[in-house]
Amino acid sequence: MARKSQKSANYLSARTIRRTAKENRRITRQFEQKLNRKHVAPSEYATTMKDPANVLEVEDLKTYFFTDAGTVKAVDGVSFTVPRGKTIGLVGESGCGKSVTSLSIMQLLQRPQGQIVSGAIRLTQDQGQAVDITQMPISAMEKIRGKDISMIFQEPMTSLNPVFKIGSQLDEVIGLHNPDMSREAVKERTIEMLELVSIANSRAVYDMYPHQLSGGMRQRVMIAIALACSPKVIIADEPTTALDVTIQAQILDILRRLKDQINSSIVLITHDLGVIAEMADEVVVMYAGRIVEKGTVEEIFKHPSHPYTLGLMASKPVVSRHVERLYSIPGNVPNPIEMPDYCYFRDRCDRAFAPCFGEYPPMISLSPTHKVACYCYQQSADTKE
Amino acid sequence: MANHKTSNASQTTREAQELLSVRHLKTYFPIKSGVLQRVTGYVKAVDDISFKLYPGQTMSLVGESGCGKTTAGRTILRLTPKSAGDVLFEGKDIYQLDAQELRALRPQMQLIFQDPYSSLSPRMPVGEIIAEAPRQHHIVPKAQFDAYIDKIMKDCGLQPYHRDRYPHEFSGGQRQRICIARALALNPKFIVCDEPVSALDVSIQAQIINLLMDLQAQYNLTYLFISHDLSVVEHISDLIGVMYLGDLVERGTKKEVFARPLHPYTQALFSAIPVPDPDYKMNRIILEGSIPSPANPPAGCKFHTRCRYCMAICKQQVPPSYEVEPGHVVNCHLYAGSPVVDDLVGSDDMEQQLTREKLAASGDIAAGAATARGQLSAEEIVSETLKEEARADSQGAVLDRGRKWMQEREQQLERMQADRRQVETAAAALQDEAAPAVRPDDSSKTEESLK
Repeated sequence: MARKSQKSANYLSARTIRRTAKENRRITRQFEQKLNRKHVAPSEYATTMKDPANVLEVEDLKTYFFTDAGTVKAVDGVSFTVPRGKTIGLVGESGCGKSVTSLSIMQLLQRPQGQIVSGAIRLTQDQGQAVDITQMPISAMEKIRGKDISMIFQEPMTSLNPVFKIGSQLDEVIGLHNPDMSREAVKERTIEMLELVSIANSRAVYDMYPHQLSGGMRQRVMIAIALACSPKVIIADEPTTALDVTIQAQILDILRRLKDQINSSIVLITHDLGVIAEMADEVVVMYAGRIVEKGTVEEIFKHPSHPYTLGLMASKPVVSRHVERLYSIPGNVPNPIEMPDYCYFRDRCDRAFAPCFGEYPPMISLSPTHKVACYCYQQSADTKE
Repeated sequence: MANHKTSNASQTTREAQELLSVRHLKTYFPIKSGVLQRVTGYVKAVDDISFKLYPGQTMSLVGESGCGKTTAGRTILRLTPKSAGDVLFEGKDIYQLDAQELRALRPQMQLIFQDPYSSLSPRMPVGEIIAEAPRQHHIVPKAQFDAYIDKIMKDCGLQPYHRDRYPHEFSGGQRQRICIARALALNPKFIVCDEPVSALDVSIQAQIINLLMDLQAQYNLTYLFISHDLSVVEHISDLIGVMYLGDLVERGTKKEVFARPLHPYTQALFSAIPVPDPDYKMNRIILEGSIPSPANPPAGCKFHTRCRYCMAICKQQVPPSYEVEPGHVVNCHLYAGSPVVDDLVGSDDMEQQLTREKLAASGDIAAGAATARGQLSAEEIVSETLKEEARADSQGAVLDRGRKWMQEREQQLERMQADRRQVETAAAALQDEAAPAVRPDDSSKTEESLK
């Protein structure tokens, strides 16, 4: 009997699924039509940056996945800015929407289910102009993807094409965005890029296939591809998770060096707080599709405020910090299809009190840069004002 | 089985105590090529490792991917055939056992796999996954069987109603709990944990590590913990073995190895750990290049191609095991002044050092002195067993001492390198002249030594 009742909790009848699927198709078709337009006037997606010092501004981004089981709000109102020449760290557990945020910025979401529902992603262009990526059709996005904004993917083992040589995969990027370059010039540029990422025998590597390279070398090639056109923003989605510590140190070193060399900004996505502390200038902590805390790296690591950030820090064993037992956050992430209407962290939080039973907490400023979404700090913010 | 054990115990008392003893273990995989599939070479996955493990301990093997950690774990369990050496489990050589004896021994040695997503059969309910092996091995009488499985599941943080569910209904952390329950259900003494937490999220990692440590205390388990995450290793282990290209290059107690990493590879490995503190001053040793192919490892010291202290001797001679501190053994020519030990003697010292550390931690000075070897003076023991605040001070002092010691080493190394450069330039100058004329005595000597 117990089994039956459990089944009914998760059970969806064929009819419900059909109805949801039909409704989803209706919604996604509208988004798809907008994305697939050709010959769109640039004025339609032109915009201006709120702060000219930023290269990327994400404002109230909402990315939903319309699945047959229901709508998954993978990213639900995320806002952050990336200043020029800085590194922003995006931290959180798997499934918290880090990767979906980055894929939204690149417009590489799994379509047609995944769609940017609302919000703005402003990317700076030359002469003080900017574009809103959420309003861009695919044809226009193809021109800036890889040139102004590029991405380093998590798995170097699977993100290179196994049937093409390293050289031709790099040539493709450079040739595509610089149509007036000669083939020889492109090749020279490719070899230069390979040397830039510390690949010793770059001319030999040019003629190699991905399977001939080790994981660290492949990740270098991925970085070379991402940096080939000197983008303004590099999104690094867990660039070192699949690598060993020694190789990780090499890769982070290259990333840091090249960022300054080509004067771009990095959005670094990882779950390793150590990497964040080392690389990032500002940190954004995400939980269940929302930002729970953001601030400069000192603020986050010296004064972590949100209970989730605290839990995350306590649960990571740190060399030369001795604890008897590691802290572990109780409970699980809420079901993404039926998110509660109160604070998403309340059921796992050891500090929950009366206001937490109300609606989702607003962002409370602890300092001009440090913001946290938790009612625990409501009072201190009120008294300050 | 009981008879077997006692007969062995009467031979040597020491061997009866230790749970596992690995002696000069080698695992080579043949490389076959051509039409006839002739063996053209060997991949030396594990190349001469030796250590001992006593009940209730955790030994960690750390190293880059491809250094043979996993193969070592599998060879110890006789899941991959060995090429040479012995593995003694409770005094019995597991490679001498016939199928029946091995089957009887299997429940005592278990393995937890790395990836909880692919190591559970998707077609079996969880209850069956856990119960299958104990039923085959008749671990408990039939009447108590269900209660026993429920107890194991409860110990691993699973609910009895999970028995009828399938693995796909669980999250990664829950699946790893199922894997642990499966291993634990056979009432093992020894578990090889092959990267049990590397596929999990940070907060889930903490739960699983806590679970492993709780179970160790509860069942007196012995772990061989294979991992590349040094922060996890530091949290869980008593002993540490650092592997590089199939070799155990450094081993010692956790405290020793983390306080004073001796081998240049260990130093590089430790300096590469990212520290979650933005103020932390990075003094990183970045290793150039990547790990050489184990099919064709470099001659001499295998690490010499990437070592920043590489000397002429490193390219020619395989370094023996030097015992730099009691129980801290390192295979590196830099420590040539220290006594050379057999690998297993080093393990015994390691064990004693661990006991000392444990006793020192619990403040039992008398027993600490009793177990301590003659080399350890009473003052040292006392300094380790001071009261809580004082201990923090002395820890700082120990660290200071370690740092000073490292500085001295560095200076010494710099001198050595400067000497070497001088010699090399002299040799090169001589070769340029290409004249067999009068050679200064010292340079001809050094040239000989270079050759």
